[in-house]
Amino acid sequence: MTAALFLEQVLNGLQLGLMLFLMSAGLTLVFGVMGLINLAHGSLYMIGAFFCAAAAAASGNFWLGLIAGTAAAAAAGALIEVTVLRRLYDRDHLDQVLATFALILVLSELTKIGFGPFPLFLDVPPILSGTVNLGIAHYPLYRLALIGFGLAVALGLWLLIARTRLGIRIRAGENDREMIAALGVNIRALYTLVFALGAGLAGLAGALVGAVQSVQVGMGEPVLILAFVVIVIGGIGSIKGAMVGALMVGVIDTMGRFLLPRLFGHFMEQSQAAGIGAALASMLIYVLMAAVLVIRPKGLFPAHA
Amino acid sequence: MPEKSREYAVNAVLALGLLLVPLWALWAGEPFTITLATRIAILALAGVGLNIALGLGGMVSFGHAAYFGIGAYVAGILAQHAFLNTPVLGLPGSNQMLTIWPVAMLISGVMATAIGALSLRTSGIFFIMITLAFAQMVFYFAISWPAYGGEDGLPIYVRNQFPGLNTMRPWDLFLVAFGVLMVGLAFSALLRGSRFGAALMAIRQNPERAAAVGINPYGVQLTAFAISGMITGLAGALMADLTRFTSPSMMAWPMSGELIVIIILGGTGRLFGPVAGAAILVGFEVTFGGMTEHWKLWLGLVLLGAVLFARGGLIGLIAGKERHG
Repeated sequence: MTAALFLEQVLNGLQLGLMLFLMSAGLTLVFGVMGLINLAHGSLYMIGAFFCAAAAAASGNFWLGLIAGTAAAAAAGALIEVTVLRRLYDRDHLDQVLATFALILVLSELTKIGFGPFPLFLDVPPILSGTVNLGIAHYPLYRLALIGFGLAVALGLWLLIARTRLGIRIRAGENDREMIAALGVNIRALYTLVFALGAGLAGLAGALVGAVQSVQVGMGEPVLILAFVVIVIGGIGSIKGAMVGALMVGVIDTMGRFLLPRLFGHFMEQSQAAGIGAALASMLIYVLMAAVLVIRPKGLFPAHA
Repeated sequence: MPEKSREYAVNAVLALGLLLVPLWALWAGEPFTITLATRIAILALAGVGLNIALGLGGMVSFGHAAYFGIGAYVAGILAQHAFLNTPVLGLPGSNQMLTIWPVAMLISGVMATAIGALSLRTSGIFFIMITLAFAQMVFYFAISWPAYGGEDGLPIYVRNQFPGLNTMRPWDLFLVAFGVLMVGLAFSALLRGSRFGAALMAIRQNPERAAAVGINPYGVQLTAFAISGMITGLAGALMADLTRFTSPSMMAWPMSGELIVIIILGGTGRLFGPVAGAAILVGFEVTFGGMTEHWKLWLGLVLLGAVLFARGGLIGLIAGKERHG
């Protein structure tokens, strides 16, 4: 195992972690402010990827596609908030799970009808193609850009929540919704806005990742489940927790898949080690989640202590 | 209580209907209908299992596909070892349902106890996400473990046997599934009438008050969760025999969603709710699946409508919205 390979895997882990953060931030915001569990968050990720791929193919411009994907996901989020989810805020979690599960079915089928049953492909923009020399290794520039992009969005989100009037309202909404409604804030509009913001982040993540994997129906759910693991580890409702959890999950998952088969290779036959290592590596983040639960049942950064 | 007696009438109609329709199909020579009824019975049994955790205990598990899949893998693995005549963990394989079922229940029960023990440290939304995540863990383990098919799944070449019946005949297999479903329903009825069931429902309504009268919420809930996983695991073993194939998709997350849908469509906490729900779901799939490849769009819309506007499920609509459990 060379240092170059190791560095590459660490960067891959960071990249996965930051994309997971974009997903988890929306989920955790929506839960923190509205108390809603949204299984259809993965569908918004998928919508972002599809609209990005289609718009980029039509216009020949990746950046237009990125904007289209983010905007489409935010618009779809606002639409389902106004038509469906709004009625679920005072329902129990079971109703929320069921309704958002139904939304997954509806959105997946609509995507199939709208974009056809075949996967779409999205090319990396010319300016970000190729590799970059990191001294000991060559790394794809686009993946490095994803890390930078993720960090920039995280910073922007932090500024939005910590420094703007909207951010104050979001934090106030997390603490006491009745009170801020009584103070004259239009709580319905705030909810729609928060949901659209979370949806836009998911759509952006989908669009960005769409250039390194195929864009297909069902691509959102594996990421959704990872995002669940992230916010269980980080603490539901906490943006900081989402960041820490996302980086932990991203790096541990990637490094586990890289290191475990090699580790087992030291004391068993190579092909067997690859199988067992891969099987155990796929369980690693869930073991991490279980460990966090045993030590801190409300996550590392509980928002509503 | 007129609503109560109306619910009994609905239950009787459901049980008789599930028996008489395939009987008619046997007479009319329509084996496909018998297989559909078998599928309804098996999915209903899985729902009966989940209903103990979800309906009675209020534990919203979004990970019961794991136990369903574990049951299916037990059936597939034991059958494969019996077929190849090789030992598994030093023991012989088996192609006898009466041997496979207890093993399937034991292993899914052990997994449900382990996952439940961790998940029950939390509640509400955490519980939903954690059960989902652990079920995905089991799923990923199954697809990345190459010994039993990995992503390709595991075929069952010869359907496992039940004494005195020829399980390769659709009607015989239906009788097996129907019989097990009835035993499962009877057990579920006994459980909800028992002291244990009363304690479980009390905890669902108010854990603090239940603890104050001397009930141990964690212990009771964990026991119920384990029982729930065992019954769903048994259904999984039957399903593997019906399809003669153990597929990793049986433990993928959409299956967990489907099981919840079955319970809600039928009526949460109702004894026969899963039977009604499974019949609706399979009926919907067969009817609309034949008309359009986008039948899931319509299923999603119907589900949305059911959640937003018809909260008691089918049995609630017919028998009145009396109690929730």
